[in-house]
Amino acid sequence: MIGSDIPALIPITFLAFAVLIPLLGLWKRHLSYYWAVLGATIATGFSALGFYNYISGSETIRYFFGGWEPPVGIEFVYDGLSGFIVLVINTIALFVLIHSRLIGKREFPGKVTGYYSVAMLLMLGFNGMVLTGDLFNLYVFLEISSLASYALIGIGEKRAPYAAFRYLIIGTVGGSLYLLGVGFLYTVTGTLNIIDMAAMLPEVIGNSAIITALALMVAGIGIKAALFPLHGWLPDSYSYASSTSSALIAPIGTKVAAYVLLRVVLYLFGVDIIDSAIPITDIIGILAGIGILYGSVMAIAQSDLKRMLAYSSVSQIGYIIMGISLANPFGFIGAVLHVLNHALMKACLFLVSGNLRLKEGHTDITKFDDSYRKKYPWTMVAFTTAALSMVGLPPLAGFFSKWYLALGTIENSNWLLLSVILISSLLNAVYFFRILEKVYLRDPESTDEKTGIISSLTTNEVKPSMLWTTSIIAFGILAVGLLNAFIVSAIVTMFPAGL
Amino acid sequence: MVDFVLGHYAYWFTIILLAIGLYGMLIKDNLVKKTIGLSIFQTGVILFFVSIASKWGATVPVKSDEFPVTEVANYMNPLPHTLMLTAIVVGVATLGVAFALLITIYNRYETLNEQELLEKIQ
Repeated sequence: MIGSDIPALIPITFLAFAVLIPLLGLWKRHLSYYWAVLGATIATGFSALGFYNYISGSETIRYFFGGWEPPVGIEFVYDGLSGFIVLVINTIALFVLIHSRLIGKREFPGKVTGYYSVAMLLMLGFNGMVLTGDLFNLYVFLEISSLASYALIGIGEKRAPYAAFRYLIIGTVGGSLYLLGVGFLYTVTGTLNIIDMAAMLPEVIGNSAIITALALMVAGIGIKAALFPLHGWLPDSYSYASSTSSALIAPIGTKVAAYVLLRVVLYLFGVDIIDSAIPITDIIGILAGIGILYGSVMAIAQSDLKRMLAYSSVSQIGYIIMGISLANPFGFIGAVLHVLNHALMKACLFLVSGNLRLKEGHTDITKFDDSYRKKYPWTMVAFTTAALSMVGLPPLAGFFSKWYLALGTIENSNWLLLSVILISSLLNAVYFFRILEKVYLRDPESTDEKTGIISSLTTNEVKPSMLWTTSIIAFGILAVGLLNAFIVSAIVTMFPAGL
Repeated sequence: MVDFVLGHYAYWFTIILLAIGLYGMLIKDNLVKKTIGLSIFQTGVILFFVSIASKWGATVPVKSDEFPVTEVANYMNPLPHTLMLTAIVVGVATLGVAFALLITIYNRYETLNEQELLEKIQ
């Protein structure tokens, strides 16, 4: 009964709460947090139900808005892949929102009502981008999520508005390039529906407008996904935004853009057309490889934890795009699995940095020492789990996506990208063990005498709402790693045609 | 060659607008001028969509007794125009957010010149 309406219910839940929160905020402002958590819980429930239906054998749901059938009307497509991504992003958003209560009181006091309303709009945009089956509709949702993320990034430190303004300029150019690409495709095919257009494109193979459209769309989405030379907006935006904004946008935003790239490259155009005129998969593969190495090297050079994580994001998004560029089954599994893994790992790491920022007031790596382990034992356990997973230690989630990506590069005999994966794992180890070494081995006395030993020995752990969310996500990294065979067997059913 | 230029003249305007917009965003120091460049860039895309919908000798897409509906060549394509209504709204919202951010930047640094701003941030 409710099953067939799930594609529409998920975004509408967020839209309803985006409107309700400011109205209810007039009545009691401090309840905004609880309404936002409630909204995210309902949407996560719908996503989980939908994905459970998919696993237990239900068909792809195509929801036609207003009863107009495509290609005339707009449809939402809930297939395995979109259902999986929606479940991942809504679960992460739920945990980040639960975590945000005390951060909200400290980092944006008096703005909570507006903040949570915009956060709901952000999730509306992301869910819409994932679920929609219409290219222009995708642009609208892209802009909704982008506008919400400019606003969320703008609420932060003193430099945050300038970082947000730069992101706005670059991001809007990206959105406009995507729209221009859609225009080219529309002139050739006369439709905007993805499934309808995918059926028509093989007939017009070799048309120069198609190639232009592909180039424009890949460039536009590449800006949103922070693909290597187009990543300039990302480090500033993530490091100056408030902890909740970075924890919300970093694990979800670039992943959704990478998902759109996956849809466009492998589902809309398909493996036959993408390389017919210009070797677009080779180009984005090389860019992703450079991005992986560049992001890792820049991460090593940073002294602030949040900024290091931002550069690490540039590097990690490279893995997902590399998986797409391989255009073979192993690459596809690796890319989709890495969306899940990286969302969990980045959420966990940004939540840890939020915990530290709340308690210590800074995230300067050079000031980290042994006392942090004693003051925040469980936060540091979560950090260590996520860091080891980023490096790729086997029972943890991060290992498996890298494993499938490595298999994909071997299948394509692409030894250059294989060596990039191996080298970047070493670089990841360098920048995370640098912190772990300080936290577990560095003697606090030698650095600062003001932090007395007596106070440093007592645990001073964060409040349960923050501690539990961080710990559960850290446990999720381990669980996803152990259940990886089951998840991969689900991903195998999502392959696009022709792969 | 002349036919190529004249035959696509609507698209040349689009290209010129996109180039002006990019120039504004890249070269101008003033953040408001960058925003204006952004707006011109978006307008270029909107005019592209408007121009792909037009046909020689076609009329407005309102059903009349003069032309039967089945002859689509008699009517302009209404879909790109309606799409652009949405895109214009998106553009307006983007400008709104951009100006809100600019007001915050001006209140904090008392300048909108990018060079001065970068000096003050350092």
